[in-house]
Amino acid sequence: MVKRNDRIVTGAHYGIKDWLVQRVTAVLMTAYIILFAVVVWISSPLDQAKWVAIFGHQWMRIASFLFLVSLMWHAWVGVRNVLMDYIKPVSVRLTLQILVIVSLLVYLVWAVEILWS
Amino acid sequence: MEAKLLKKQRPKHLNLFKISQPLPAIVSIMHRISGVLLFFPGIPLLLYGLQMLLESTDSFEALHAFIQNPLVKGLILMFVWFGLHHLCAGIRYLALDLHYGIALTHARASSKWVLAVSVTLTLAVGISLW
Repeated sequence: MVKRNDRIVTGAHYGIKDWLVQRVTAVLMTAYIILFAVVVWISSPLDQAKWVAIFGHQWMRIASFLFLVSLMWHAWVGVRNVLMDYIKPVSVRLTLQILVIVSLLVYLVWAVEILWS
Repeated sequence: MEAKLLKKQRPKHLNLFKISQPLPAIVSIMHRISGVLLFFPGIPLLLYGLQMLLESTDSFEALHAFIQNPLVKGLILMFVWFGLHHLCAGIRYLALDLHYGIALTHARASSKWVLAVSVTLTLAVGISLW
């Protein structure tokens, strides 16, 4: 039993949620990678027009977006675990965690811009 | 016997560099290191590559010319390996979660498979890239 006052802001997320998120996002990403490999294998795109055509399909853009959301969420859980293992001072760990979250959010917005422009 | 056990110095600080690590431990630390590198610089490089691929024919040509450089190709292949190792080791952990391959001999064998399959797939990607 973890006592309430043992908890720090950068401490563990008590419970199964992160563990499960890491696995569900991993399975989703694996499915997308297989799908992507098959699509590229079939259409064997060598010029730019073909690549644009692949990402021109709405389902491909949505699948890619879901992949990237999974990637960012997976990265957050993983990097957070690494930070918890090696960075002990709360101030440094919190700063790094905020940097990671902000960068992942920036990547996500960037991904939307790439896919839908 | 009991007295001897009690006299042991605790906590023990093991020098990780002096211990020969078992294969599952090596696969595990490689999973962690590859994960961090895929996060940075992996994700921004992936997105930048995707942007150049889709933005215009000019950016596509620039990307195409850039990856002709053997050094760049080597770096891309290295990241492909990081990704494939991370993927294969991750699948192994999912199997372990489901209680497949828990026995020590199985766990050692599967970590060998992770190394072998990820290197083989990386070589296959490398051959198709060249």
